[in-house]
Amino acid sequence: MNIPAIEVRRLRKSYGNNVVLDGVDLTVAAGTVTALLGPNGAGKTTTVHILSTLVRPDGGTASVNGCDLVRDPGNVRAAIGLTGQFSAVDSLLNGEENLLLMARLRHLGEKRSKTRVAELLDQFDLVEAARKPLATYSGGMKRRLDLAMTLVATPSVIFLDEPTTGLDPRSRHTMWDIVRDLVKDGTTVLLTTQQLEEADELAHRIAVLDGGRIVAEGTPDELKRLVPGGHIRLRFADAAALDAASRLLAGSGRDDAGLALTVPSDGGVGALRTVLDRLGAANLEVDDLSIHTPDLDDVFFALTGKKEGTKS
Amino acid sequence: MTALATPRSTSHVVVDAITMLRRNLLHVVRYPGLSMFTILGPVVILLLTVFVFGGTLGAGLPGVDPAGGRDAYLAYVMPGILLITIAGTVSGVAITVAMDMTEGITARFRTMAISRASVLAGHVLGNTIQAIIAVALVLGVGLAVGFRPSATSIEWLAAAGLIVLISFALSWVGVAMGMQSKTVETASNLPLILTVLPLLGSGFVPTGSMPVWLQWFAQYQPFTPFIETVRGLLLGTPLGWNPVLAIGWSVVIAVGGYAWSMAIYERKSVRA
Repeated sequence: MNIPAIEVRRLRKSYGNNVVLDGVDLTVAAGTVTALLGPNGAGKTTTVHILSTLVRPDGGTASVNGCDLVRDPGNVRAAIGLTGQFSAVDSLLNGEENLLLMARLRHLGEKRSKTRVAELLDQFDLVEAARKPLATYSGGMKRRLDLAMTLVATPSVIFLDEPTTGLDPRSRHTMWDIVRDLVKDGTTVLLTTQQLEEADELAHRIAVLDGGRIVAEGTPDELKRLVPGGHIRLRFADAAALDAASRLLAGSGRDDAGLALTVPSDGGVGALRTVLDRLGAANLEVDDLSIHTPDLDDVFFALTGKKEGTKS
Repeated sequence: MTALATPRSTSHVVVDAITMLRRNLLHVVRYPGLSMFTILGPVVILLLTVFVFGGTLGAGLPGVDPAGGRDAYLAYVMPGILLITIAGTVSGVAITVAMDMTEGITARFRTMAISRASVLAGHVLGNTIQAIIAVALVLGVGLAVGFRPSATSIEWLAAAGLIVLISFALSWVGVAMGMQSKTVETASNLPLILTVLPLLGSGFVPTGSMPVWLQWFAQYQPFTPFIETVRGLLLGTPLGWNPVLAIGWSVVIAVGGYAWSMAIYERKSVRA
């Protein structure tokens, strides 16, 4: 039996009357990526802070590599690395000094420290900036340094709290590549994000956290299957055509302002051909056509009960 | 490669404390502004008290010839100035710690298998070194303006040892104050209490000249034995029980500051 890298049972945490975590259950298998997805204030950061021993839980149990967080924090700390939302670098030191500081605190020894730091500077594209003050670093560079510092001692479990928030698209993709490489090397990753695309790109499993509870959990595909929402969207040149098509395709939804029709569909080619054949037989000209498969946005809005979720 | 070492062995506490010390000293070398400030303050007070007030204050000292007032006062006030210098560096460490606590790096340290004591000891040792350098520089200014101690080399050594001990003890209080403070402003104000204590003791005038209620406080607060011991060692005034009291107070303050710091460090969760 493999011990899960992270095991969380009925985890609870409140600040005063404000219940932040209301019985969270979560299991992360070793060597996999799990995304903790949720809106602001869902309790993602609190979960990560508890798992990284920064905050004590009020109730429930949690363990990392089989070590209990509360009873055995020393061994948990030796196994984990955290890169948080807020930059955890020493802004008075330069990049190289920051990494050396971590290497020394991980007791790598002076010689191994130097080689490991050089390795990381190279891997994270920070060689040129290594000896420059942190004030001159861009957001992406700081985040890369931050993650490099976490990786100095190759921890087996890594927590990434919104690792790409505030990064430009290029830096974001670099960060994703880094995470994929980590997983290739067998590292377990728990990442929090509000971006569905990020969860979809990186995670083997997604847990949706809302109001302090896990409201859904599964692979990205399993979650997408939870929510209907696949459809074909057809746009017509005028209201007459829209009227005719609407009569022809029963069960479709009209958007009069957009002169468009939404036809529920599983997104398959067969269904598409049927719709087009029927329109063709009636000599109805389609201006524009698009196919929508349910994405995690749909899942997210359906599960987290957000009123803003008025996406079609 | 992970968790090779047992995280909390004694040797690691020392190694980690040295790593933290190196970090803090690097900060000082990079950004010496705050340290400069803690040295400049006592030098200004020294020059002000000696050259502006010294003539009159010195003439009022018991058994001093009014003509030699200024020199006599320089000798009298120097130990108090040295203690003010140490107290001033406590502000420095409190500010440093308060700033450090708002930095994400401190949260990172908490998630790592580092002994809690090491992080704090790094600050304490760093500040002790700074305090020693500051005292040496302020003493240098004192010597330059005519301070002439009569100490033998043994007495110098003893005085230096006491200065180190007091600096170490007060640094723990500074670290605790820095962590207690929610803002950097509070952290810079809280230690001012320590800077005032030499004034409310035998640092600037003999306690005998104070009102009775203040005399009582002045005689029993820690800075009076600190100052009297340094004065006795450097200038040959009677020591009495003062060395014992000074060492005793240092130990009490160090242990108290350590316990206070550790308690807050454990209790405080991440900020922001």
